[in-house]
Amino acid sequence: MTMDHAHAPPSFWSRYIFSQDHKVIGIQYLVTAMVMGIVGAGLSVWFRVQLAWPGTAGLSPEQYLSFVTMHGTIMIFFVVSLALSSGFANFLVPLQVGARDMAYPFLNMLSYWTVVPACLLMLASFFVQGGAAGGGWTAYPPLSVIAPFGMTMWLLAMALFIASFTMSSLNVVTTIFNLRARGMTLMRMPLTAWSYLVASVIGLLSFPALTAAAIMLLLDRHGGTSFYMPAGLVVSGKPLSYAGGTPLLFQHLFWFLGHPEVYVLVLPAIGIAFDVIAANTRRPPHGYRISVYALIVIAVLGMIVWGHHMFTSGMNPYLGKYFTVATLTITFPFAALGVNLVASLWKAKLRINTAMLFALGLISAIGTGGLGGLYLGNAAADIHFHDSYFVVGHFHLMIGVVTMLGTFAAIYHWFPKMFGRRMNEPLGRVHFWGTIVPAMLIFTLMHFQGLGGMMRRYYENTQVYVQPVQGLNPVISILAMVAFAAQILFFVNFFSSIFRGAKSEENPWQATTLEWSAPSPPPHLNWPGELPEAPRDPYVYGTEGETDFQPQWAEPQKATK
Amino acid sequence: METTHKPARPWGVALFYLAFMAATVGGFWAIHWKMEVASEHGKGVDNMILFLLIATGVMFVAGHAVTAWFLVGSRREGSFRAPSPRAEWTATLVPILIVVIAAEAGVLTIGMPVWAQIAANDPDAVRIRIVGKQFEWVAHYCGPDGKWSEYDPKEVDGALNPIGIKDADYSDDIVAPGVIIVPLGRTVQIQIRSMDVLHSFTVPMWRTKQDAVPGMPTRTQVKPTREGTYEVVCAEICGLGHYKMRAFVAVVPEAEFKTAMESQDDYDALVEKLKKSGRFKVARPE
Repeated sequence: MTMDHAHAPPSFWSRYIFSQDHKVIGIQYLVTAMVMGIVGAGLSVWFRVQLAWPGTAGLSPEQYLSFVTMHGTIMIFFVVSLALSSGFANFLVPLQVGARDMAYPFLNMLSYWTVVPACLLMLASFFVQGGAAGGGWTAYPPLSVIAPFGMTMWLLAMALFIASFTMSSLNVVTTIFNLRARGMTLMRMPLTAWSYLVASVIGLLSFPALTAAAIMLLLDRHGGTSFYMPAGLVVSGKPLSYAGGTPLLFQHLFWFLGHPEVYVLVLPAIGIAFDVIAANTRRPPHGYRISVYALIVIAVLGMIVWGHHMFTSGMNPYLGKYFTVATLTITFPFAALGVNLVASLWKAKLRINTAMLFALGLISAIGTGGLGGLYLGNAAADIHFHDSYFVVGHFHLMIGVVTMLGTFAAIYHWFPKMFGRRMNEPLGRVHFWGTIVPAMLIFTLMHFQGLGGMMRRYYENTQVYVQPVQGLNPVISILAMVAFAAQILFFVNFFSSIFRGAKSEENPWQATTLEWSAPSPPPHLNWPGELPEAPRDPYVYGTEGETDFQPQWAEPQKATK
Repeated sequence: METTHKPARPWGVALFYLAFMAATVGGFWAIHWKMEVASEHGKGVDNMILFLLIATGVMFVAGHAVTAWFLVGSRREGSFRAPSPRAEWTATLVPILIVVIAAEAGVLTIGMPVWAQIAANDPDAVRIRIVGKQFEWVAHYCGPDGKWSEYDPKEVDGALNPIGIKDADYSDDIVAPGVIIVPLGRTVQIQIRSMDVLHSFTVPMWRTKQDAVPGMPTRTQVKPTREGTYEVVCAEICGLGHYKMRAFVAVVPEAEFKTAMESQDDYDALVEKLKKSGRFKVARPE
């Protein structure tokens, strides 16, 4: 593509609404995720009131389960996936690999405009008879087959989401394989781009299983089939006419996606942390190659360990053994990423800003959450922890806290590139402390509740054995409110900085990767002149000379040996 | 350019790392998380958890301490001299080898024997059945003839025939909603069924948890080591009454159990007796 016909689309609609520009689409995803985030997080604060002070939240048991279900669904698929996986993948990948746009701009626009109706459908399901889906975000049959109509809307919204995510992932993979700038070999890609490549491949391989599972569930609900429904069911005293299926089929299909999905969400956050930390420690990340290999190994192992979500499901105990041993091998690549993050702080020339704070907080969350995985991947220990608050604490640390800290690090770090302005630094720091302290405490306390045997998805915890840890609930709920309130600072900061933030130059963090060679914000097709080239590795920091870094795009300086 | 900045010493973040580490470790003393254990395999589960607490505890403390130290104690002023690739590989591989060995060795030596114990099919075990339905647990015993009656969904009839026993009037099977009596010191094989949706038969103080799957009976083994009454809960979301799907297991001496197994009336009489004697009380946390 030459620059002759590279002028931006003229009308407001094609420029900002039905845009095919990857940067606009990325920001659209991000803002959509923020709106959904208010709903998703708001739901959790609401039902936390019920858990802390039963009866005062005005929720019935059905509504409570709907809220829990929708909180999980919205946060995983419509907040973290949208902001981190689709949003920042869109914004960053073409810029980091030196492409003018995504490989398929129209498909990209389509992917965003497919997820919008998915969001609306999900939200609308609260207002149908019987309320929103209430069978847990895992939607296990037979409960999800006999559930009211909200469940159908949930399934249709999920189908749209999967279609959108598939288009988005295809774009990421194709862009990375076909549109890299001259010199940008795969082993010269920043770790953020690598993490998006790996996450997108995982997503493309695993989401079809959920698509199949959802279609069969829809057919069981409305088509008279019995994929998941065995014979002899009696619900509320009435026999049902299904025969021949098994609920275990759904669990296998669901977790064949569900577990890889964890890595789809977490890996980009880790990739982002590596980039943010490199720019602010003024040294290359420890073990770039090791980290790339680790990402690939996680992708492979992540696809074959889904059964550790099903230790108590009644599957063959030999399978349980296999899934235990296989799951714990993931410790190997995952610990490599964690160790490399920590080691990247060694001999640093630290610069602290809000993005760096979030990246540093993320390391603790990965360590704490990751170690919890050793308990849950272990079939013998999992008997005690399965479906307890230990699980809730663990997965919130990994796909809640790690991903949100990664997203915030990314926002504060790349905001200047998005809008040409910086976010407010003091406000950002208050937002960081207001987030990290309650978040880490909330989910660590939940691990203790799980040790004490407290079960998840309970409207009330009146069992005698659980009373000692039930007393932590008010503490956790108050901390949740603090964390929620802290996000107000973020919203204020984000939207006011778009218009009133301090102007930023092209490369405010003196970073090395290609996106910082484009103007801030980059014009349509990203670089006004020729595309940049990438003659060297992505993280040449800590060099001697006038500046302490060599950007990936600059002409190589003569080696000074 | 700003790149000649003085390296920062982020004391705030380092202190947060240390404070969070101390608070988490302190939590094990401050919070009453320990639970009584009343079964043989339960002790094995607890040993597994104890091993993990110690192993991950060391890694957690070391990881946070090292990070805090890197943040404030290992700055550099000038340019960065990269370690050799070999040193880099070593720096990564050694810590993760320790983690992997701790994880895999623990589960292979402590965890898997417990797993096998639960999954075993002991021919001498006392066999009982548990049927889950929205929102109660029903115990089902084969009665003196040693034969289980079949189930017929069409015969489900409220409290009269809660699990749909075929020809209930002619069966000597014992059906007990809400109260599950088992003998002390004997291995009990529990076969678990569900009539409607997924449930999970969970006795926290036995460290027993096994899903009840409609259409696919599952089983688990337990050897109660303490007399007493323990709460049974449901661990798999099963609808609006999930949180109150409750029952009790009563662990009684074998002789008493044998008497109760003679007929439905004997069973009900023992339940009454347990209630009156005050033994039918929920086990309190230690």
